[in-house]
Amino acid sequence: MHNFVSQIWPSIVDGTTTGAIYALMALGYTLVYGVLRLINFAHSEVFMVGTFASLFTLHALHINYAPGGIEAIAVFAAITIAAMTASGLVAVGVEYVAYRPLRKRNSSSLANLISAIGMSFFLQEVFALRYGRDLIPFPRILQKNVLFHIGNAEVRSDMVLVVASALVMMFILDRFVNGTRLGRGIRAVAQDASTAVLMGVNIDRVITLTFLLGGVMAGVAAMLYGTFYEVTQYNIGFVIGIKGFTAAVLGGIGNIRGALVGGFALGLIETFGGAIFNAQWIDVVAFSVLVLVLLFRPTGILGESLQRARA
Amino acid sequence: MAMTSNKLGQGISEAWVPVRKATAEVSSRWRRAPKWARLVVYLLIVVLAVLAPSQTVGNFMAPQSDWRTVLFYPIGSYILLALGLNVVVGLAGMLDLGYVAFFAIGGYAMAVLGVNYHWSFWEILPAGVAIAALSGVILGAPTLRLRGDYLAIVTLGFGEIIQRVANNLTVTGGPTGISGIPHPPSIGHFSFLTYGVLDPTPYYYLELLMIILVIFVSYRLENSRIGRGWVAIREDEDAAELMGVPTFAFKVWAFAIGASVGGLSGVVYAAKVIAITPENYPLLLSVLILVCVVLGGSGNRIGVILGAFLVAWLPERFRGLANYRILIFGAALVIMMIFRPGGILPAGRRRSELLEGRGGGQHLGGEFDLGQPGAEPEA
Repeated sequence: MHNFVSQIWPSIVDGTTTGAIYALMALGYTLVYGVLRLINFAHSEVFMVGTFASLFTLHALHINYAPGGIEAIAVFAAITIAAMTASGLVAVGVEYVAYRPLRKRNSSSLANLISAIGMSFFLQEVFALRYGRDLIPFPRILQKNVLFHIGNAEVRSDMVLVVASALVMMFILDRFVNGTRLGRGIRAVAQDASTAVLMGVNIDRVITLTFLLGGVMAGVAAMLYGTFYEVTQYNIGFVIGIKGFTAAVLGGIGNIRGALVGGFALGLIETFGGAIFNAQWIDVVAFSVLVLVLLFRPTGILGESLQRARA
Repeated sequence: MAMTSNKLGQGISEAWVPVRKATAEVSSRWRRAPKWARLVVYLLIVVLAVLAPSQTVGNFMAPQSDWRTVLFYPIGSYILLALGLNVVVGLAGMLDLGYVAFFAIGGYAMAVLGVNYHWSFWEILPAGVAIAALSGVILGAPTLRLRGDYLAIVTLGFGEIIQRVANNLTVTGGPTGISGIPHPPSIGHFSFLTYGVLDPTPYYYLELLMIILVIFVSYRLENSRIGRGWVAIREDEDAAELMGVPTFAFKVWAFAIGASVGGLSGVVYAAKVIAITPENYPLLLSVLILVCVVLGGSGNRIGVILGAFLVAWLPERFRGLANYRILIFGAALVIMMIFRPGGILPAGRRRSELLEGRGGGQHLGGEFDLGQPGAEPEA
């Protein structure tokens, strides 16, 4: 018991950090679900491509040390932009190849899901065949100094970077969706697609934009993941993807602020579960949370606010 | 870009038209054929399957690997698993992405009961099937109230949980798994009933027997009250409920029956391979079995068997392509869903949930063209 008490503050700090990454991933699921009412199974590969894009940028810039000052800012800007661009393009590409032709012939969500699974395996294999199936290390590009303490937990610079960037990105996204003309289009389609079409909303453009936004968020998540965990792999997206989806469901799928709440909640539940049972049970705890939420409150903590509840 | 890709898509779907007509013709002739003619064809297929382990066939079918081993696993096991998953996905229309969990449960039942409790294969077989069916009910009863795509994710999670639990528990041997699993006791002195270490043929015949049994049972089920109930649920669950179909109970039944076939397959597999580890049961296997069902034509047993055979056999025949098979299957899934959502041999009665949908992009610019590929006329 004493052991668990000493784990409380470290669990909160770790859970908040991983929760920030889950929240960014959850946004991708939630945006697409809000507009199309389907689960973008290939979103995990959007994330995976983002981690590779930031790694390749580091290789191209010959960065294998932790730069300081202006250089550090430039390097982080470069890998963030690379990851955002790559993930955004892959997300839009997935929409073009796997979803759009099906949508044009009005296929069911089952056909969409199978098509997305195919896309997901295709993308994984492209990277597996090209770069192998082993873990690929990242160089350490950030000195992981302890900045300050909360309780008995150390707060390192990379944790602050992860949480701060995630919060900033989510704030920008929230403003974009709720405060701009393009965002209004997204909300209109989420609320009632056929009426939105009648009102002159270009639905294909809105859908492309939605995938792009989700992809950009996954790209930021991928860059942060690479900096924090310092590894990537062809199938790295799978577990993160399931967790992101769980976070989206937990917060209320289709609800952008719900993704934030769900992400942090899942991160905390998971680390506390790991502290209580054992670290190797973390993923089992996360999957069990998903099953339990779907059973008892399928609309999530905040509810499906962008459209009427359907579950 | 959008324009050209749509034009291209249209061109390719028009090129499909003769193929579609030909398969529709064959399937309608098949349905009109007299009963004895169909029986003769079935018998011929069984005879072919019995003769399959010969060396001559092997030289052509799998020159680079041991054909008889390949016949047992992956070919036979995939066919058995695909037939079981077909009950869930093809007949009842529920997407199960964690089917490998039941294969694993059957395998671990065989391993734990055989190694720790010294049960014989023939005692474990019904026990393993029952355990798998029970776990299907335990998973199904709470989750089957969910919508289709949620169910898919929950079953995906379940498949992962089973693998990780097997990896973490001591009774399952953790990451190293269980070894020394007993073989089935031999029957008499026939070589094809002597279950040894070296010769895979007896196991293949055992599996063939199970496959025939499962085909027979699922055929009888499909043409029973519960089978018609499944089709009704698949086509429109609300309407089925209104018409008095006990949808929830039938869905649980479909799940339990699918799970028990998975368990059966797992017991037979574990009895052959001596040692199993959690790595024998990856998520990838669930996806490959789903590919078998979807590629072959979900809901159509012959199509599913053909799909399972192709998915299992092609990588063995063309060893050079084995590395690329998942890449190819991934692309094949997308292409199938776009151009032939019913599979290679679409089921006659199956139409709606892969063609004119109720989810996804209903109001999002879908053109309500009911003359789409795969929409074969009713028999």
